[in-house]
Amino acid sequence: MNNNIETVDARGLSCPQPVMLTSKAIKKLNKGTIEVLVDSGTSRDNVSRLAKNSGWAVTVEEQSEGNYRIVLKK
Amino acid sequence: MSSILHFLTSRWGPVITGTVVGVLAPVLVMLGNPGNMGICVVCFTRDIAGALGLQRAGVVQYIRPEIIGFVLGALVAALAFKEFKPRTGSAPLVRFLLGMFAVFGALVFLGCPWRAYLRLAGGDWTAIFGILGLITGIGLGIVFLRTGFSLGRSRPAPKALGWVMPAIMVTLLVFLILVPQFGRDASGNPTGPIFFSTTGPGSQHAPLLISLAVGLFIGFLAQRSRFCTVGAVRDMIMLKDSHLLNGVIALIVVAFITNLILGQFHPGFANQPVAQTNEWWNFGGMALAGLAFTLAGGCPGRQLFLAGEGDGDSAMFVAGMLVGAGFAHNFSIASSAAGPSAFGPITVIVGLAICIIIGLTMREAVATAKA
Repeated sequence: MNNNIETVDARGLSCPQPVMLTSKAIKKLNKGTIEVLVDSGTSRDNVSRLAKNSGWAVTVEEQSEGNYRIVLKK
Repeated sequence: MSSILHFLTSRWGPVITGTVVGVLAPVLVMLGNPGNMGICVVCFTRDIAGALGLQRAGVVQYIRPEIIGFVLGALVAALAFKEFKPRTGSAPLVRFLLGMFAVFGALVFLGCPWRAYLRLAGGDWTAIFGILGLITGIGLGIVFLRTGFSLGRSRPAPKALGWVMPAIMVTLLVFLILVPQFGRDASGNPTGPIFFSTTGPGSQHAPLLISLAVGLFIGFLAQRSRFCTVGAVRDMIMLKDSHLLNGVIALIVVAFITNLILGQFHPGFANQPVAQTNEWWNFGGMALAGLAFTLAGGCPGRQLFLAGEGDGDSAMFVAGMLVGAGFAHNFSIASSAAGPSAFGPITVIVGLAICIIIGLTMREAVATAKA
């Protein structure tokens, strides 16, 4: 069931755009898997908080120093 | 120790930071800083502009160690937690402009968001109009954010770029300690290059080492907790997320209590320290500042903390604030206790128009690609 994976590339964007893009993807998908790419600890925390508050399961992988892949599942 | 530090990135982080600011800002006033100005990022940047001779209002010239501490404290935190990430390329020139206009607006009100909250906590009710203006400006910024406004992406930059703003701060610290003087004019006044006020708010300051230590401590905490006095309102309105707002509420409540204990709570509209009573331009000035801060992604304190993390775009915003602070006094934009200055109101209107143009024109086709 890979057809429900959405990728949000929020690398390099200022606050609050990473959260806004994730929020948009959450509303659009409602269910499934969302992969969010960010490049700061702030965006990692903000995106994770938004997703958890919206009832999504969150896993964070650090890809390289300061670059994160956040996987949201519902 | 590590659990305490981890705590700072939890939901308690902004509350702890706000509480620390709420205690230390009134204490700095007790130790010598101007009234209700324990910390004011814009006023302090303006004082630094004066000390460097970028503006020649003799009463507001001093190199404020709190600003130096904010950047260097954030740098230490970022290095310690592997978050020092030099980056740039997200519309630096526009950020410079936003920094300038944010300062113009804030100096018509006479304070940044930090000081607006601190003025309120000191009983200065004229701050209410400023805070209402701030909320309005942030609201307008949110409209642009929701309709696709973006300053574009930053890119990773060489390590050296991230060290530029910390190096500038260390240079300022050297100037603060050495106060170089090249001579005196015919009337015996120092000709610079560094100017320090002998009267007025610029002459009022807490001891250097205490101010620096407070700045470093708050810079460290705020880098970890992502404390932001504009993001607080923005996230609440836009996302119904009170994470940062809790920090601002803690700041106001704790500063109020600390002021009460220190005998610094003086409620009223008139005769408040470094404030003016024109409600319309208190509102308008902060509406402009709120819009500019929101478009730039955070309050002036946050811009300093990000600059400490190596963000070259936030550093450009700070540079814009410094230059704008010079213009604000040279062009009679900054208010005085008597009220708005000759060109304050028109600058607010022009600034709002320019920020609205920025809000309407700066956009990026953002990728939300299907995998």
